[in-house]
Amino acid sequence: MDVKTGFFYLFSVVLLFAAFRVVTARNPVHAVLFLMLAFSQASAVWFLLNAEFLAIVLVLVYLGAVMVLFLFVVMMLDINIDTMRKGFWKNFPLAATLGAIVALEMAAVLLSGFRVSDAPAMATGAIPVDNSKALGILLYTEYLMPIQIAASILLVAMIAAIALTLRERKDSKAIDASIQVKVRAADRMQVVKMEATQQAPEPAPAAPVEQSK
Amino acid sequence: MMTLTLGHFLSLGAMLFALAVIGIFLNRKNLIVLLMAIELMLLAVNMNFVAFSHYLGDMHGQVFVFFILTVAAAESAIGLAILVLLFRNKNNINVDELNSLKG
Repeated sequence: MDVKTGFFYLFSVVLLFAAFRVVTARNPVHAVLFLMLAFSQASAVWFLLNAEFLAIVLVLVYLGAVMVLFLFVVMMLDINIDTMRKGFWKNFPLAATLGAIVALEMAAVLLSGFRVSDAPAMATGAIPVDNSKALGILLYTEYLMPIQIAASILLVAMIAAIALTLRERKDSKAIDASIQVKVRAADRMQVVKMEATQQAPEPAPAAPVEQSK
Repeated sequence: MMTLTLGHFLSLGAMLFALAVIGIFLNRKNLIVLLMAIELMLLAVNMNFVAFSHYLGDMHGQVFVFFILTVAAAESAIGLAILVLLFRNKNNINVDELNSLKG
Protein backbone atom coordinates (compact mmCIF):
# COMPACT_ATOMS: atom_id res chain seq x y z
CA MET A 1 0.00 0.00 0.00
CA ASP A 2 1.58 3.23 -1.07
CA VAL A 3 1.21 6.58 0.64
CA LYS A 4 -1.46 7.82 -1.73
CA THR A 5 -3.70 4.82 -1.06
CA GLY A 6 -3.27 5.22 2.66
CA PHE A 7 -4.24 8.87 2.50
CA PHE A 8 -7.23 7.99 0.31
CA TYR A 9 -8.56 5.56 2.92
CA LEU A 10 -7.90 8.02 5.74
CA PHE A 11 -9.74 10.86 3.99
CA SER A 12 -12.57 8.56 2.91
CA VAL A 13 -13.18 7.20 6.40
CA VAL A 14 -13.24 10.67 7.93
CA LEU A 15 -15.45 11.93 5.08
CA LEU A 16 -18.01 9.15 5.48
CA PHE A 17 -18.02 9.47 9.27
CA ALA A 18 -18.57 13.22 9.00
CA ALA A 19 -21.36 12.71 6.46
CA PHE A 20 -23.03 10.20 8.79
CA ARG A 21 -22.82 12.63 11.69
CA VAL A 22 -24.28 15.41 9.51
CA VAL A 23 -27.50 13.47 9.02
CA THR A 24 -27.74 12.11 12.56
CA ALA A 25 -26.46 14.97 14.70
CA ARG A 26 -28.94 16.16 17.28
CA ASN A 27 -27.83 19.78 17.26
CA PRO A 28 -28.02 21.52 13.86
CA VAL A 29 -24.91 23.53 14.68
CA HIS A 30 -22.97 20.30 15.10
CA ALA A 31 -24.40 19.11 11.80
CA VAL A 32 -23.06 22.20 10.04
CA LEU A 33 -19.65 21.76 11.65
CA PHE A 34 -19.51 18.12 10.57
CA LEU A 35 -20.52 19.20 7.08
CA MET A 36 -17.53 21.53 7.09
CA LEU A 37 -15.32 18.59 8.08
CA ALA A 38 -16.82 16.53 5.26
CA PHE A 39 -16.13 19.24 2.69
CA SER A 40 -12.55 19.65 3.87
CA GLN A 41 -11.96 15.89 3.51
CA ALA A 42 -13.54 15.92 0.04
CA SER A 43 -11.18 18.74 -0.84
CA ALA A 44 -8.26 16.58 0.31
CA VAL A 45 -9.50 13.69 -1.86
CA TRP A 46 -9.64 16.05 -4.84
CA PHE A 47 -6.03 16.98 -4.15
CA LEU A 48 -5.22 13.28 -4.53
CA LEU A 49 -6.87 13.46 -7.95
CA ASN A 50 -4.66 16.41 -8.99
CA ALA A 51 -7.65 18.75 -9.14
CA GLU A 52 -6.03 21.38 -6.99
CA PHE A 53 -7.94 24.38 -8.30
CA LEU A 54 -11.31 22.82 -7.53
CA ALA A 55 -10.06 21.60 -4.15
CA ILE A 56 -9.04 25.13 -3.21
CA VAL A 57 -12.30 26.53 -4.56
CA LEU A 58 -14.19 24.01 -2.45
CA VAL A 59 -12.39 25.19 0.67
CA LEU A 60 -12.76 28.88 -0.17
CA VAL A 61 -16.32 28.92 -1.45
CA TYR A 62 -17.88 26.12 0.55
CA LEU A 63 -16.05 26.18 3.86
CA GLY A 64 -15.55 29.92 3.73
CA ALA A 65 -18.86 31.19 2.42
CA VAL A 66 -21.68 28.70 2.10
CA MET A 67 -21.08 26.90 5.38
CA VAL A 68 -20.79 30.19 7.25
CA LEU A 69 -24.13 31.15 5.69
CA PHE A 70 -25.60 27.87 6.96
CA LEU A 71 -24.13 28.52 10.38
CA PHE A 72 -25.63 32.01 10.47
CA VAL A 73 -29.07 30.73 9.53
CA VAL A 74 -28.94 27.84 12.00
CA MET A 75 -27.99 30.18 14.81
CA MET A 76 -30.59 32.74 13.79
CA LEU A 77 -33.48 30.29 13.82
CA ASP A 78 -34.81 29.27 17.19
CA ILE A 79 -35.54 25.63 16.47
CA ASN A 80 -37.22 23.38 18.97
CA ILE A 81 -35.07 20.29 18.58
CA ASP A 82 -37.23 17.92 20.62
CA THR A 83 -40.26 18.19 18.36
CA MET A 84 -37.96 17.88 15.37
CA ARG A 85 -36.48 14.66 16.66
CA LYS A 86 -39.83 13.02 17.32
CA GLY A 87 -40.07 9.91 15.17
CA PHE A 88 -36.50 10.37 13.99
CA TRP A 89 -35.54 6.69 14.10
CA LYS A 90 -38.93 5.54 12.82
CA ASN A 91 -37.77 5.62 9.21
CA PHE A 92 -34.30 4.33 9.97
CA PRO A 93 -34.76 0.64 8.97
CA LEU A 94 -36.14 1.58 5.56
CA ALA A 95 -33.54 4.29 5.08
CA ALA A 96 -30.66 2.03 6.11
CA THR A 97 -31.88 -0.74 3.81
CA LEU A 98 -32.18 1.59 0.85
CA GLY A 99 -28.87 3.27 1.53
CA ALA A 100 -27.07 -0.05 1.95
CA ILE A 101 -28.58 -1.34 -1.31
CA VAL A 102 -27.51 1.79 -3.18
CA ALA A 103 -24.01 1.80 -1.74
CA LEU A 104 -23.33 -1.94 -2.04
CA GLU A 105 -24.70 -2.31 -5.56
CA MET A 106 -22.84 0.70 -6.85
CA ALA A 107 -19.63 -0.32 -5.08
CA ALA A 108 -19.89 -3.86 -6.46
CA VAL A 109 -20.34 -2.61 -9.99
CA LEU A 110 -17.90 0.26 -9.81
CA LEU A 111 -15.04 -1.53 -8.05
CA SER A 112 -15.06 -4.37 -10.55
CA GLY A 113 -15.98 -2.40 -13.61
CA PHE A 114 -13.58 0.53 -13.39
CA ARG A 115 -10.15 -0.94 -12.79
CA VAL A 116 -8.42 2.01 -14.43
CA SER A 117 -5.44 2.76 -12.26
CA ASP A 118 -3.08 4.72 -14.48
CA ALA A 119 -4.23 8.18 -15.39
CA PRO A 120 -3.45 9.37 -18.90
CA ALA A 121 -1.88 12.77 -19.29
CA MET A 122 -4.35 15.61 -19.56
CA ALA A 123 -4.93 16.59 -23.16
CA THR A 124 -3.90 20.21 -22.76
CA GLY A 125 -1.70 20.58 -25.77
CA ALA A 126 1.99 20.21 -26.39
CA ILE A 127 3.21 22.16 -23.36
CA PRO A 128 2.25 20.56 -20.04
CA VAL A 129 0.55 23.10 -17.80
CA ASP A 130 -0.71 22.78 -14.26
CA ASN A 131 -4.30 22.13 -13.36
CA SER A 132 -5.34 25.70 -12.56
CA LYS A 133 -3.88 27.04 -15.78
CA ALA A 134 -5.48 24.32 -17.88
CA LEU A 135 -8.84 24.94 -16.24
CA GLY A 136 -8.49 28.69 -16.75
CA ILE A 137 -7.63 28.27 -20.43
CA LEU A 138 -10.70 26.09 -20.92
CA LEU A 139 -12.98 28.40 -18.92
CA TYR A 140 -12.01 31.55 -20.75
CA THR A 141 -11.93 30.16 -24.25
CA GLU A 142 -14.32 27.30 -24.82
CA TYR A 143 -16.64 28.01 -21.90
CA LEU A 144 -16.72 31.80 -22.10
CA MET A 145 -20.47 32.03 -22.63
CA PRO A 146 -21.39 29.50 -19.90
CA ILE A 147 -19.19 31.34 -17.42
CA GLN A 148 -21.04 34.58 -18.16
CA ILE A 149 -24.33 32.77 -17.60
CA ALA A 150 -23.00 31.35 -14.33
CA ALA A 151 -22.03 34.84 -13.25
CA SER A 152 -25.51 36.15 -13.97
CA ILE A 153 -27.01 33.19 -12.09
CA LEU A 154 -24.99 34.24 -9.07
CA LEU A 155 -26.18 37.83 -9.46
CA VAL A 156 -29.80 36.70 -9.75
CA ALA A 157 -29.37 34.50 -6.67
CA MET A 158 -27.95 37.40 -4.69
CA ILE A 159 -30.76 39.77 -5.66
CA ALA A 160 -33.37 37.09 -5.06
CA ALA A 161 -32.03 36.28 -1.61
CA ILE A 162 -32.05 39.96 -0.65
CA ALA A 163 -35.50 40.57 -2.12
CA LEU A 164 -36.95 37.51 -0.40
CA THR A 165 -35.79 38.46 3.05
CA LEU A 166 -36.36 42.21 2.75
CA ARG A 167 -39.21 43.48 4.84
CA GLU A 168 -40.47 46.79 6.12
CA ARG A 169 -41.11 46.86 9.80
CA LYS A 170 -44.65 47.78 10.64
CA ASP A 171 -43.75 49.46 13.94
CA SER A 172 -41.01 51.56 12.43
CA LYS A 173 -41.06 55.28 13.23
CA ALA A 174 -38.52 56.20 10.58
CA ILE A 175 -39.34 59.26 8.50
CA ASP A 176 -39.27 59.18 4.74
CA ALA A 177 -37.19 62.25 3.92
CA SER A 178 -38.52 62.72 0.40
CA ILE A 179 -42.11 62.90 1.56
CA GLN A 180 -41.10 65.25 4.33
CA VAL A 181 -39.32 67.64 1.96
CA LYS A 182 -42.15 67.70 -0.54
CA VAL A 183 -44.78 68.71 1.99
CA ARG A 184 -46.50 72.10 1.56
CA ALA A 185 -47.98 74.37 4.16
CA ALA A 186 -51.49 73.63 2.98
CA ASP A 187 -51.02 69.93 3.79
CA ARG A 188 -49.99 70.61 7.33
CA MET A 189 -52.39 73.36 8.44
CA GLN A 190 -55.90 74.25 7.44
CA VAL A 191 -57.09 77.82 7.99
CA VAL A 192 -60.74 77.97 8.91
CA LYS A 193 -62.48 81.30 8.44
CA MET A 194 -64.45 82.31 11.50
CA GLU A 195 -66.03 85.55 12.55
CA ALA A 196 -64.44 87.35 15.42
CA THR A 197 -67.63 87.56 17.45
CA GLN A 198 -70.49 85.15 17.48
CA GLN A 199 -74.02 85.64 18.59
CA ALA A 200 -74.87 83.57 21.60
CA PRO A 201 -77.71 81.11 20.99
CA GLU A 202 -81.04 82.06 22.57
CA PRO A 203 -81.65 80.25 25.83
CA ALA A 204 -84.43 77.73 25.39
CA PRO A 205 -87.39 78.25 27.72
CA ALA A 206 -87.56 75.55 30.38
CA ALA A 207 -91.25 75.64 31.11
CA PRO A 208 -92.69 74.43 27.76
CA VAL A 209 -90.46 71.37 27.90
CA GLU A 210 -91.99 70.26 31.16
CA GLN A 211 -95.48 70.86 29.89
CA SER A 212 -95.05 68.71 26.88
CA LYS A 213 -94.24 65.68 28.99
CA MET B 1 -7.44 -3.30 -3.50
CA MET B 2 -4.07 -1.81 -2.75
CA THR B 3 -3.59 0.41 -5.77
CA LEU B 4 -6.06 3.20 -6.24
CA THR B 5 -8.37 2.77 -9.19
CA LEU B 6 -11.19 4.82 -10.61
CA GLY B 7 -13.58 2.42 -8.90
CA HIS B 8 -12.37 3.46 -5.45
CA PHE B 9 -13.31 7.08 -6.02
CA LEU B 10 -16.61 6.17 -7.64
CA SER B 11 -17.45 3.91 -4.68
CA LEU B 12 -16.64 6.74 -2.29
CA GLY B 13 -19.05 8.94 -4.22
CA ALA B 14 -21.70 6.23 -4.13
CA MET B 15 -21.40 5.76 -0.38
CA LEU B 16 -21.58 9.52 0.15
CA PHE B 17 -24.71 9.67 -1.98
CA ALA B 18 -26.26 6.76 -0.06
CA LEU B 19 -25.55 8.52 3.23
CA ALA B 20 -27.22 11.65 1.92
CA VAL B 21 -30.26 9.60 0.87
CA ILE B 22 -30.43 8.12 4.38
CA GLY B 23 -30.22 11.65 5.74
CA ILE B 24 -33.18 12.76 3.67
CA PHE B 25 -35.17 9.81 4.97
CA LEU B 26 -34.26 10.44 8.60
CA ASN B 27 -34.65 14.21 8.73
CA ARG B 28 -38.11 14.37 7.31
CA LYS B 29 -39.01 17.25 9.58
CA ASN B 30 -35.92 19.42 9.70
CA LEU B 31 -35.68 21.47 6.54
CA ILE B 32 -32.18 22.76 7.22
CA VAL B 33 -30.71 19.27 7.54
CA LEU B 34 -32.48 18.38 4.30
CA LEU B 35 -30.60 21.22 2.62
CA MET B 36 -27.36 19.90 4.07
CA ALA B 37 -28.12 16.42 2.75
CA ILE B 38 -28.64 17.92 -0.71
CA GLU B 39 -25.24 19.59 -0.40
CA LEU B 40 -23.75 16.18 0.41
CA MET B 41 -25.42 14.68 -2.67
CA LEU B 42 -23.94 17.40 -4.85
CA LEU B 43 -20.55 16.73 -3.29
CA ALA B 44 -20.87 13.04 -4.21
CA VAL B 45 -21.74 13.95 -7.80
CA ASN B 46 -18.78 16.33 -7.98
CA MET B 47 -16.53 13.59 -6.62
CA ASN B 48 -17.54 11.36 -9.53
CA PHE B 49 -16.94 14.16 -12.02
CA VAL B 50 -13.45 14.88 -10.68
CA ALA B 51 -12.54 11.19 -10.56
CA PHE B 52 -13.63 10.59 -14.15
CA SER B 53 -11.91 13.78 -15.25
CA HIS B 54 -8.63 12.61 -13.74
CA TYR B 55 -8.74 9.02 -14.93
CA LEU B 56 -9.95 9.81 -18.44
CA GLY B 57 -7.57 12.71 -18.88
CA ASP B 58 -10.31 15.14 -19.78
CA MET B 59 -10.45 18.63 -18.27
CA HIS B 60 -14.05 19.24 -19.26
CA GLY B 61 -15.30 17.26 -16.26
CA GLN B 62 -13.60 19.72 -13.92
CA VAL B 63 -15.16 22.64 -15.77
CA PHE B 64 -18.52 21.03 -15.16
CA VAL B 65 -17.73 20.70 -11.44
CA PHE B 66 -16.98 24.40 -11.45
CA PHE B 67 -20.44 25.17 -12.81
CA ILE B 68 -22.10 22.75 -10.40
CA LEU B 69 -20.39 24.53 -7.51
CA THR B 70 -21.69 27.86 -8.81
CA VAL B 71 -25.26 26.66 -9.12
CA ALA B 72 -25.09 24.88 -5.76
CA ALA B 73 -23.94 28.06 -4.05
CA ALA B 74 -26.82 30.00 -5.63
CA GLU B 75 -29.25 27.24 -4.67
CA SER B 76 -28.20 27.17 -1.04
CA ALA B 77 -28.33 30.98 -0.80
CA ILE B 78 -31.90 31.11 -2.10
CA GLY B 79 -32.87 28.02 -0.09
CA LEU B 80 -31.65 29.58 3.12
CA ALA B 81 -33.44 32.85 2.29
CA ILE B 82 -36.68 30.91 1.81
CA LEU B 83 -35.98 29.09 5.07
CA VAL B 84 -35.60 32.37 6.94
CA LEU B 85 -38.81 33.65 5.38
CA LEU B 86 -40.61 30.45 6.35
CA PHE B 87 -39.41 30.66 9.92
CA ARG B 88 -40.54 34.27 10.11
CA ASN B 89 -44.05 33.38 8.99
CA LYS B 90 -44.63 30.02 10.69
CA ASN B 91 -42.18 30.08 13.60
CA ASN B 92 -40.87 26.60 12.79
CA ILE B 93 -39.25 24.83 9.88
CA ASN B 94 -41.19 21.61 10.09
CA VAL B 95 -41.65 20.16 6.62
CA ASP B 96 -44.94 18.50 7.64
CA GLU B 97 -46.53 21.89 8.25
CA LEU B 98 -45.70 23.24 4.80
CA ASN B 99 -49.19 22.62 3.55
CA SER B 100 -50.58 26.07 3.00
CA LEU B 101 -50.23 25.64 -0.78
CA LYS B 102 -52.68 22.81 -1.18
CA GLY B 103 -51.79 21.53 -4.60
